[in-house]
Amino acid sequence: MEHFFNPRNVGEIPDADGVGTVGNPICGDMMTIYIKVKEGRIADIKFKTFGCGAAIATSSMVTEMAKGMTLEEAMKISREEVADELGGLPPIKMHCSNLAADALHRAIEDYLKKSSEKT
Amino acid sequence: MKVYLDYAAATPVDPRVLEAMLPYFAEYFGNPSSVHSYSHKAQEALDKARESVASLIGAESPDEVVFTSGATESNNLALKGFAYRNRDKGNEIVTTTIEHISILNVCKYLRGEGFEAVYVPVDRYGLVDVEKLAEAVDEKTLLVSVMYANGEIGTVEPIEEIGKIAHERNVPLHVDATAAVGKVPIDVVKENIDLLTLSSNDLYGPKGVGALYIRRGVKLLPIIHGGGQERGLRSGSENIPGIVGMGKAAELAKEEIQTEAERLTGLRDSLISGLLKEVPESYLNGHPTQRLPNNANMRFSYIEGESLLLGLDALGVQASSGSACTSKTLEPSYVLLAIGLKHEEAHGSVLFTLGKGNREEEVNYVVKVVPGIVRRLRILSPLTPKELLR
Repeated sequence: MEHFFNPRNVGEIPDADGVGTVGNPICGDMMTIYIKVKEGRIADIKFKTFGCGAAIATSSMVTEMAKGMTLEEAMKISREEVADELGGLPPIKMHCSNLAADALHRAIEDYLKKSSEKT
Repeated sequence: MKVYLDYAAATPVDPRVLEAMLPYFAEYFGNPSSVHSYSHKAQEALDKARESVASLIGAESPDEVVFTSGATESNNLALKGFAYRNRDKGNEIVTTTIEHISILNVCKYLRGEGFEAVYVPVDRYGLVDVEKLAEAVDEKTLLVSVMYANGEIGTVEPIEEIGKIAHERNVPLHVDATAAVGKVPIDVVKENIDLLTLSSNDLYGPKGVGALYIRRGVKLLPIIHGGGQERGLRSGSENIPGIVGMGKAAELAKEEIQTEAERLTGLRDSLISGLLKEVPESYLNGHPTQRLPNNANMRFSYIEGESLLLGLDALGVQASSGSACTSKTLEPSYVLLAIGLKHEEAHGSVLFTLGKGNREEEVNYVVKVVPGIVRRLRILSPLTPKELLR
């Protein structure tokens, strides 16, 4: 609940190195995660979420977890881990933690794609 | 401040109702069916409650009222009981897309029993398309079932007109009046109603009790069989304390309906106009004037309902929502979709329902705190256009 009332890392990064969006407003849950990568680590990370309390909390939590991690470590963050860090989620809300971890992974994949295109 | 604005979900039992019920738990606890004198007080209480309910809805005789365990059971009895008894008269039920889930699921069930159901659409205010309904009622039609008012979006339906159409074609009308009873005056005779569902829960009575009005001459089969109570239509030893509660609640509702309706309408309109004014891109769901006196269903663009409810709850305000996240099925409200809202609009809706305990200061408080919560969620949301956050 703390992460819902005081979410961390809210916002956008206009010159982000990677952006990942999952979900859509039709489903009622949509998250976008922006990352800045320096020397293989997530130097900065921000998120925006349209969704319920659990969606907001899980996206906030995933950004806290990922900040400073190497890309490899961040890719390994699982849906269950996000839920665990929050102290557990009711089963009906587990799909929200899925979205958060997926959005982060997509952002990393986006960065890797962009950087391989540059070389 | 604590502000309860979810009266549509549950109402507290009125203290006068509770007082009326108490003696029937341990003092006058007899079964009306017993031969000895312990049955008398219980039977008297049962009769009195029946009269009160009949009086509230303008029934010609208390015998036309059958007590059940609630509106869901009454809806089941009305549709199944009528369909099974009157198969020779037709096999099609004409109803609407915004009925209560109990009506929709009973219709679904009856389709497996050889009956058909036609769902008449509503317009963007939730008003039934009366022309389409008239077209749908034909020789195959067994029964028309339309709710008096929709408890989610508040829209009050043109029941008298619909009843007239049904009767012109010799088809009876069932009305689920659960959301409307005690809030708007109902007259089953004048409004051409043959079957009417009502619940104690919405009247500041105890949960677990309801009634079905069945006009004299209309025949049903029971769906609960047993000792033959309620003229054979609803077996089982009567829930005397509950029924006494419902009777008292009905009596009070009849006395207070005029003043309460006026009072609630004033509060409702303050709440709606206050929110429309203070929150940009906010909209009212449902009909602006043909609506229940206590219902304010609003939607706010770019944000989601459950997160708004959590924000409100933290500030002491209890409300409800049509968003997918608040439903057990993770689907957004079918009522909001039926009035033409897009999914994301349905997700951003919040339902405030007012009641006896609400005062002007509470409405002012809600209008004061909602804009801040909405703004905070809009800052979080990827959908919010930048101009809105200036």
